Amino acid sequence: MLRYIARRILVAIPTLIIVSLLVFALQKLLPGDPVLTMAGEERDPQVLAYLREKYRLDDPIPVQYFAWIGSALTGNLGISLRTDIPVMELILSKLPVTLELAIMAMIVALAIGIPAGIISAVKKGTAVDYTANVVALSGLSIPNFWLGILLIMLVSVRWQLLPASGYVPPTEDLWLNIKTMIMPAFVLGTALAASLMRHTRSAMLGVMRSDYIRTARAKGLLSRTVILKHALRNALVPIVTLSTLLFGELLAGAVLTEQIFTIPGFGKLVVDAVFNRDYAVVQGVVLCTAVGFILMNLLADILYVLVNPRLRHAA
Amino acid sequence: MKRLTLMTVAAGLLMSTAVSAQTLRIGLNEDPDVLDPHRARTFVGRIVFSSLCNKLVDITPELKFTPELATEWQWSDDGKSLTFKLRPGVKFHDGEPLNAAAVKANIDRARTLPDSLRKSELSSVADVEVVDDMTVKINLSRADATLLSQLSDRAGMIMSPKALAAGDFSQNPVCSGPYKFVERVQNDRIVLEKFADYWNAKDYNFDRVVFQPIPDTTVRLANLRSGNLDLLERLAPSDVPAVKADSNLVFAPVSGIGYQGLTINTQNGERAKSPLGQDKRVRQALEYAIDRDVINEVVGNGIYPPAGQPFPEASPYNNPKFAANKRDVEKAKQLLKEAGVDKVKFELTFGTSTTAQQIAEIIQAMGAEAGFEISLRPTEFAAMQKEAQAGNFDVNVIGWSGRVDPDGNIHPFVTCKGALNDGRYCNAEVDKLLNEARVTSDEAKRKQLYDQAQEILQQDLPIIYTYYQPWPFVHSKKVQGFKPYPDGMIRLKGVKFAS
Repeated sequence: MLRYIARRILVAIPTLIIVSLLVFALQKLLPGDPVLTMAGEERDPQVLAYLREKYRLDDPIPVQYFAWIGSALTGNLGISLRTDIPVMELILSKLPVTLELAIMAMIVALAIGIPAGIISAVKKGTAVDYTANVVALSGLSIPNFWLGILLIMLVSVRWQLLPASGYVPPTEDLWLNIKTMIMPAFVLGTALAASLMRHTRSAMLGVMRSDYIRTARAKGLLSRTVILKHALRNALVPIVTLSTLLFGELLAGAVLTEQIFTIPGFGKLVVDAVFNRDYAVVQGVVLCTAVGFILMNLLADILYVLVNPRLRHAA
Repeated sequence: MKRLTLMTVAAGLLMSTAVSAQTLRIGLNEDPDVLDPHRARTFVGRIVFSSLCNKLVDITPELKFTPELATEWQWSDDGKSLTFKLRPGVKFHDGEPLNAAAVKANIDRARTLPDSLRKSELSSVADVEVVDDMTVKINLSRADATLLSQLSDRAGMIMSPKALAAGDFSQNPVCSGPYKFVERVQNDRIVLEKFADYWNAKDYNFDRVVFQPIPDTTVRLANLRSGNLDLLERLAPSDVPAVKADSNLVFAPVSGIGYQGLTINTQNGERAKSPLGQDKRVRQALEYAIDRDVINEVVGNGIYPPAGQPFPEASPYNNPKFAANKRDVEKAKQLLKEAGVDKVKFELTFGTSTTAQQIAEIIQAMGAEAGFEISLRPTEFAAMQKEAQAGNFDVNVIGWSGRVDPDGNIHPFVTCKGALNDGRYCNAEVDKLLNEARVTSDEAKRKQLYDQAQEILQQDLPIIYTYYQPWPFVHSKKVQGFKPYPDGMIRLKGVKFAS
């Protein structure tokens, strides 16, 4: 077992090195010059030269890479070229915001997707089923940014019910926090709800055809009990797997949603940093995300083994 | 459900009245950079500084200088020293007094800090002398007519020397403006609160000012309409009709001191070697092909006044003689014929914004009627900047936010070694005139020099000016006393909520 874990960790190391190289190289391939962006409208040649030296941009690229990765290993990701704030501090302050958004969106997706999927499976072939399908398809095809702007216009401008954008930390004002997050979470969640609905529907249809459901019905159980207690439980297994996979997608989708609703999260941080050629921030954010994903995978691999004894022998 | 909705509305109403009684919320076009006037570079950063940091002098809407931290100033007869009398009793936000030593420390810092972006603005300063506690004298190495205008902006903002010594100034800026720094959440907000010991505190009515960067213009306007903002800067021109029709909003545009134009590559590398780069008649033809009134009406919804010169209409250096030409396709064709070309191909590069895209498309269509075959190339801004410097362009659509002193709008762009002269246009006569103008303090004489330089530039056309950059502000009806300034800054003196 320990050997298995050790082996997984060893495999993760080259992956991390490749990721760090990729992050660094892609960044260098971006057109534009960070120093020109930093030096402002006047572009004073003296200042340009100083900044190039300060951020070691004239050093050979391998030297720049090792300098960066060396300090990253000690937990120092540098400071933002634009605002002087340490990158680590920025990441730690923005991550909870995006996590909150993703979790709320997931709740929206589950709350809409699963009941809709069940209903359309149970009422297969009826008008209800077709309507649910049409709505789900529209949910999949409507672009986030369009739905976002539309909601802002309707809910914030016309009805003045919710703030149009922005973010208030829950520690400061929980109610206001929820009010600002409802629309973004809805926009982000609906796209997922659609695919969740489709999957729940097909999983339910599969289960509903099985023998034990027929038996349950034959025993004279209430239709509600059959659906919710017997069928749904089994149908949920693939849905739970799918939901965890979708959670990663949510984090990516948050990038766009955060732009529309001006939520100061992880996605907005990285997009703004790319536009401002804030190399330190882009590198730090992408590296952290990669490390996060690798760690999650590692954890999942280990958990599988712990949970499933058959895999333990294979390992 | 209905009850929930009602509760939401009630809670929302309660909250908005409780907050808005003292807090002014301002929507900005982007997130400012470092909050250190000597190292800052963004326009929105200057807007925040207008409330946070006082300067030695300020400007009026007519672009005249007016006292701020200095109550009076005096040039020496040879124009080589400038003496300021400081306002007595001024305190920094940390309680330290403003005095001549503080002013000296600031100007010295702006000149010597390695990554100061103010060095070129203060390049004429030789040293700063503390005459007495409240008098400071700036000695120059050469006469410099632009100095006072530099000191009316970031180079003249005075920070607390004690806070500067503390080292983390950009995280905790301490100045002497009407509002002091409370907190900043990057990409989200900058919060300032009223400074009770401000020398003119009675003219400032808000307890708090919150700056919120909201880059999307539609969302920024939606926030204003829904009551989450009280004032916003840079409305998209396409939203002008909607704002004018909304009785809850007040549209407050002002023609700015900056301009938009086409920079032509005349001498920067291989790509300058084209008929457009080499023959001024071809450039003149392009100018005659463009109808600035159409750009103003179609793209600008009437807020893009046509520009034919770098100096805005409010400037005393603007000369009606150089007003923008009217479109004349026949004349354009004639000029091309004289130049011996009938089809001129070039690439027009522009930043990826809707406005720039529309303008580029209009120019493409208008140019085609006169014999120009224009291909369009939208480029992300940072990339465009680098390509421009490297000479990798034919024509760029590019703008300038403008400076109060005329020198800032012309010298860096058309002198041979100008830092912003991307097309590398170079003319010894223009250099001579513009260099002389920057050391001439007499307004009439200075204007003559600029007129002479413009005579040449109007013929050579290294830059075709298209329109003056407006600063379209919008605020809610409850905001009273707001006056837009041509420099696009937000000055909160006398601004208040309707009772």
